Amino acid sequence: MSGVRVLVGTRKGAFVLTADGKRDKWDVSGPHFAGWEIYHVKGSPADPNRLYASQSTGWSGQVIERSNDGGKTWEPVGNKFVYDGVPGTHQWYDGTPHPWEFKRVWHLEPSLTDPDTVYAGVEDAALFRSTDAGATWQELAGLRGHGSGPHWQPGAGGMCLHTILLDPGGNGRISIAISAAGAFRSDDSGATWQPINRGLRSQYIPDPAAEVGHCVHHMAMHPSRPNVLFMQKHWDVMRSDDGGDSWQEVSGNLPTDFGFVIDVHAHEPETIFVVPIKSDSEHFPPEGKLRVYRSRTGGNEWEPLTKGLPQSDCYVNVLRDAMAVDSLDKCGVYFGTTGGQVYASADAGDSWAPIVRDLPAVLSVEVQTLP
Amino acid sequence: MIRVELPSHLRTLAHIAGEVQLEVEGPATQRLVLNALEARYPVLQGTIRDHVTQQRRPFVRFFANAEDLSHESPDAPLPEAVASGAEPLLIVGAIAGG
Repeated sequence: MSGVRVLVGTRKGAFVLTADGKRDKWDVSGPHFAGWEIYHVKGSPADPNRLYASQSTGWSGQVIERSNDGGKTWEPVGNKFVYDGVPGTHQWYDGTPHPWEFKRVWHLEPSLTDPDTVYAGVEDAALFRSTDAGATWQELAGLRGHGSGPHWQPGAGGMCLHTILLDPGGNGRISIAISAAGAFRSDDSGATWQPINRGLRSQYIPDPAAEVGHCVHHMAMHPSRPNVLFMQKHWDVMRSDDGGDSWQEVSGNLPTDFGFVIDVHAHEPETIFVVPIKSDSEHFPPEGKLRVYRSRTGGNEWEPLTKGLPQSDCYVNVLRDAMAVDSLDKCGVYFGTTGGQVYASADAGDSWAPIVRDLPAVLSVEVQTLP
Repeated sequence: MIRVELPSHLRTLAHIAGEVQLEVEGPATQRLVLNALEARYPVLQGTIRDHVTQQRRPFVRFFANAEDLSHESPDAPLPEAVASGAEPLLIVGAIAGG
């Protein structure tokens, strides 16, 4: 019988949640790497038993862990992330030049076809790739080197490369996003890059329509339509129908267009999910009501999904990598909160129930659909 | 023989139970002890000192014999008590964070 494996990264360890296809009874494994911050855990689409985890602390820096058995056992692999050449500078919060310094890996994106190839999005923003299952890492330096790097600036969470979208068409297209620089695309497997921010407007920067400087929080793509990208920006939910060459706002009737997560239904490429969050300083759900909003029209028209979610006195946040979908029928949707809950819906968002309620603050949620 | 005590999260990472005992060629220094430690446990590379600069990570401290050695040169001889194995070199995570 098919099943799902939910990979949860938290402030104090990783957890693996598993269930059969009904998704009503869950086994909880963890904490793995107890006490360490686990920014992200993700499985290889080419080999679901191959997992990668980003493990870090302020004391001891970065460790990358690899599992070959679906998370039952783990082994540390390479943790040497060295920028290519002379790193140069980006802008600091006050606009002064600041040297590039590696801090941590925010996001790991395994190749769609090769379990030994995995990409790492890091802070300070850069993209690395390993082709030996995480043993060694090389920077794809064309991203930082394409010209706008000295103008990138950190967002409140740091200058992180947090989104990596691999085009399934085998054309070498990679789209990434950086807070607070914007979105970028390579059409040659990461050798050269261009900003793809036309149509974004950010009132909080000197030129609201600048080529770079936008605080993109997350992006999502349905594999059947890789030219259609969805974005949750610091403010505004956006979509692009031309691979990021141009963007249109689709915030529509959302109660607030600020938020962090965005994801796409596994079987309906025009059905998308966001969790509106009150900005700027509060960063919790409006009115204390935790609501996922779903659009079945690719944006603009949104409906609140509340069944099973707290509708009073809820003041958690849902961070940028903390939502994922499975590909069962019906599509399962999952998200984690800074209050330590992981909520699951086995009916595409119509109803929700917590899988776990009391984990450390959740940083990331990924899902594997198992045969 | 040099004795080294690691913080618990690094012992867990490297699957070390208790104290580490190392042989160091020549006069014992922080650099040579860490070289020997990382050679035996490669997973510790980058967790105590930077991969490239070899500088101590900011929230890691070195103590021995009730003395803070964190700001000593990595090439300065370690105290005789450490060099002789009478006292361990303590690698400590700062009391910070949540």
